[in-house]
Amino acid sequence: MSTAPGTTVRQVIIIGSGPAGLTAALYASRANLKPLLIEGIEAGGQLMLTTMVENYPGFRSGVMGPGLMAEMRAQAEHFGAEIVQGDVSSVDLSNRPFTINVDKTTYTADALIIATGASAKWLDLGVDKKLSGRGVSTCATCDGFFFKGLPVAVIGGGDTAMEEAIYLSKLATKVTVIHRRDTLRASKVMQDKAMSMPNISFIWNSEVVDIKDLDQGKVTALVLRDTKTGEKSELTVEGVFIGIGHTPNTQLFKGQLQMHDNGYLKTHDGSRTSVRGVFAAGDVQDHVYRQAVTAAGSGCMAAIDAERFLSGTLHESSHETAAAHR
Amino acid sequence: MASEKVKTFTDANFGDEVKNGVVLVDFWATWCAPCRRIAPIVDQLAEEYNGKLTVAKVDIDENPMTPSKFMVRGIPTLLLFKNGDLKETIVGLETKDRLAQMIDKHL
Repeated sequence: MSTAPGTTVRQVIIIGSGPAGLTAALYASRANLKPLLIEGIEAGGQLMLTTMVENYPGFRSGVMGPGLMAEMRAQAEHFGAEIVQGDVSSVDLSNRPFTINVDKTTYTADALIIATGASAKWLDLGVDKKLSGRGVSTCATCDGFFFKGLPVAVIGGGDTAMEEAIYLSKLATKVTVIHRRDTLRASKVMQDKAMSMPNISFIWNSEVVDIKDLDQGKVTALVLRDTKTGEKSELTVEGVFIGIGHTPNTQLFKGQLQMHDNGYLKTHDGSRTSVRGVFAAGDVQDHVYRQAVTAAGSGCMAAIDAERFLSGTLHESSHETAAAHR
Repeated sequence: MASEKVKTFTDANFGDEVKNGVVLVDFWATWCAPCRRIAPIVDQLAEEYNGKLTVAKVDIDENPMTPSKFMVRGIPTLLLFKNGDLKETIVGLETKDRLAQMIDKHL
């Protein structure tokens, strides 16, 4: 194959290395497509930041998130998937083969599988990002260590927030969960676990409107606002962990692929995106289920769709059929 | 498989080690998953900037004083020193390209 120097040509490129990307790599490599997987800055995905995963089938006593990802990675590599470090800086999906730029390297691919996932959401206060690593964190298992014997807060009411609170309760003196509503969105198991910890308490119907103290360069307190009365109060903490959900990593594809209003990629007829030959899998296109097992399942779908697309046996999608008959 | 060019600093020698030249320090711990993501990038930087930049790691479990002194409250955190002065703080993950750009500013 002769191409411009510095360009690598592939049949299939996969962007992202969480359960969706690695499962796509596993299936594509077993189909002899010699896929290249670009792992991205958050290599291994969200499971890398978890501890025990109890709902991934096949592990009755649970499995450690990072361990599971290491296994998935090794399994994909075992069948010939090539995994490269790096973060995709831009893509051009206007022509096939598609162009994918990683730092100074350019790749082209006949089929592309997007599995870039979703990343932890910040508060949108500005101050939270400025105090990141100074007491504000989105990862309890990473940063909990620094708050041994200190009071902390967790923001959010879902499974992520509960998992963070439970983890932190073993380190911090006191964990205060701050939630905008008066009921938790977390699964019953997680709720019960959190409620049973003696040093976890809850502040309901409250949102964080400010984090102090930027001048001191560390977290000293949170300013809370009661969502019902509008009354403000202050909570003294040394650390605050944000667990308010995730935002899809789709900035690279703005203007090139169709998205829902919330930024998630639109897929149809399996894993197809709005561009032929581009498939999406995992959290980047799933704002409903967002589980490791559903991500893995959709990664498998994307690899099968890509394989059929490349061999010319992908059936016409219902959209395309409808368009042709219009 | 850490690069041999990456040094290990401790609470005992930290102050002396960052005194001269441009020094990039990676604060990490064995249990920190994102630290494992940035480690290979730190290794590559040590190889590529060999002779121009000192690259070192501090295990925060074994050396609690230094992170506390520089108010490190999350890892991975990278600190860049020039002749003993703290010039840059990078919290969390960053691409190799962006780290290289940041280093280049101080060489």
